[in-house]
Amino acid sequence: MPPADVARVGAAGLVTRPLRAVLAAAGIAIGVAAMVAVVGISASSRAGVERELAAIGTNLLTAAPGRTFTGEAARLPDEAVEMAGRLDGVTGASATGRLDLGVYRSDLIPAGETNGIGVLAVRPDLLGPVGARPADGAWLNEVTRQGPALVLGAEAARLLGVHRASADVRLWLGNQWFVVVGVLAPAPLAPELDTAVLVGWEAARSLLGFDGGIGTVYVRTDPDRVADVRALLARTVSPAHPNEVLVERPSDALLAQEVTDRALTGLLLGLGAVALLVGGVGVANTMIVSVLERRAEVGLRRALGATRAQIRTQFLAESLLLSALGGTAGILTGAVVTWGYAWSRGWPPAVPGWAQAAGLAVTVLIGGIAGLYPAVRAARLPPTEALAAP
Amino acid sequence: MIELRDVVKSYGAVTALAGVTVRVEPGELVAIVGPSGSGKSTMLHLAGTLDRPTSGSVRVAGHEVSALSDRGLSALRAQRIGFVFQQFHLAPGVTVRDNVADGLLYTGVARRERRARAAEALDGVGLGHRLTHRPHELSGGERQRVAIARAVAGRPSLLLADEPTGNLDTASGAEVMRLLRALHDDGTTVVIITHDRELAAGLPRTIAMRDGRVAA
Ligand SMILES: Nc1ncnc2c1ncn2[C@@H]1O[C@H](COP(=O)(O)OP(=O)(O)O)[C@@H](O)[C@H]1O
Ligand SMILES: [Mg+2]
Repeated sequence: MPPADVARVGAAGLVTRPLRAVLAAAGIAIGVAAMVAVVGISASSRAGVERELAAIGTNLLTAAPGRTFTGEAARLPDEAVEMAGRLDGVTGASATGRLDLGVYRSDLIPAGETNGIGVLAVRPDLLGPVGARPADGAWLNEVTRQGPALVLGAEAARLLGVHRASADVRLWLGNQWFVVVGVLAPAPLAPELDTAVLVGWEAARSLLGFDGGIGTVYVRTDPDRVADVRALLARTVSPAHPNEVLVERPSDALLAQEVTDRALTGLLLGLGAVALLVGGVGVANTMIVSVLERRAEVGLRRALGATRAQIRTQFLAESLLLSALGGTAGILTGAVVTWGYAWSRGWPPAVPGWAQAAGLAVTVLIGGIAGLYPAVRAARLPPTEALAAP
Repeated sequence: MIELRDVVKSYGAVTALAGVTVRVEPGELVAIVGPSGSGKSTMLHLAGTLDRPTSGSVRVAGHEVSALSDRGLSALRAQRIGFVFQQFHLAPGVTVRDNVADGLLYTGVARRERRARAAEALDGVGLGHRLTHRPHELSGGERQRVAIARAVAGRPSLLLADEPTGNLDTASGAEVMRLLRALHDDGTTVVIITHDRELAAGLPRTIAMRDGRVAA
């Protein structure tokens, strides 16, 4: 029989009982939708991270003092930044230093309630290497970096309730008032800046008792030479004690980050598998009922000249169509869910082709397995007995 | 056209046919009569190759049934034999035309041709104007005429009808009989099971059955 006739005869059984077909296919649709959505959302989140990284670059390295072999905090040489800047392949280098101070909205707030906001002394050329920029106000200039002025990280600004830089906005820091001259946009590669207030290196030394110790060296490299620079960076910033230097590439952490919740992913995948199983059983059950109800039809078809193989093919085709109906609906639903979720998170939506193909393959497999037994039973019906059925 | 020799058919302990020898020549019009349970339907099923005998030989259209595979038997039914049943066996929700066209589904004829021949066959039974109707919109007599159109759309040389008028009123039954006679006039071999003695008496030959045997 030509494939078109096989499909038409297979569909005939479904068309006469549309509600039953929809209900039988629903389980498979839900299962496939859950799986496609899980894969799609994880792919979209990855696409989101990759797009972000493409914008901010993956060529930032950091070097920070670790511990000496006796367990004390190590200290980098004061010239570490300049030495790093001279390294072949480095396009920019800067540094911050940590101050053990709190910052407050007013002088009445008890010391210690810092909201986790740190205070960093910054070199004036910090923005270039870390890829940050002021969202409001300005960066520290010749004057402000010498005096009681500060720039807020994006998250710190939110926590302190400061949304605009202004001469009227002052924060209490180290027993004196500092003016907020700028607020930074989020810096994805240097999230430690987001939760800090930044003061000029000189101001920190003269006003806040900063000892000038380097906390983190930021190095931006030629994009093709990241690995070379990384290999030499520890020795460059601390020639005497390279093993006390912790070198990192912040974009690695971003890439490795599981943006989607692992537990939720596992739950959804498990739910999808159960739904597929239940869906398969549903299709098998529907097919068995269908064969029982249509004994007379089978007998008639045999009388019209259908071979056993043609009867078997008919019911197998019906089962495959039923399952494919569910699978297609599932893929569409999964794609829509992915689009919606990705849109709400600002990710580029991505439903990998392999996930759709896998969804369809699983569907066909289930339809084939579920339909096999009913189809064989239908083919074995003796035509006379089938015709005797009411 | 049909040749049964010493045919026995048993279902477990029940013997439906207890040694039947019957010959139907090509072009005959034959009535099979007999009380309920006498083995009429069983004989028709064997003659239509829907079943195989327990013992004995069945030859249909020149073929020994026991020598044919499932494929061979199916092809014989598709090409040479048409069936009409008491319960019509039309697909609900499917148009009259497609019901008849599906009668040709297993003959290897393309769909367009099947539908053309279906329209033609329906014209032949006087239902050419009801092509797009569905079975539930038709009277019993009209449904049986659709079933006849389906049986003859493939131009079989043998038509087997199991109580075709059993569910019909007198007028509809007469119309169905008129159609079956017309097929006989065109050269088709027609075998009709009936309860109706009067109807049987009007046909050229009658085979009477009793307790699984031919009575006369
Ligand atoms: N599939 C079957 N299984 C068991 N017994 C059957 C079957 N078909 C027919 N019979 C029995 O065979 C006998 C003849 O049946 P049938 O040929 O249908 O008679 P008729 O058509 O003359 O009424 C009956 O006793 C019936 O019960
Ligand atoms: Mg009977």
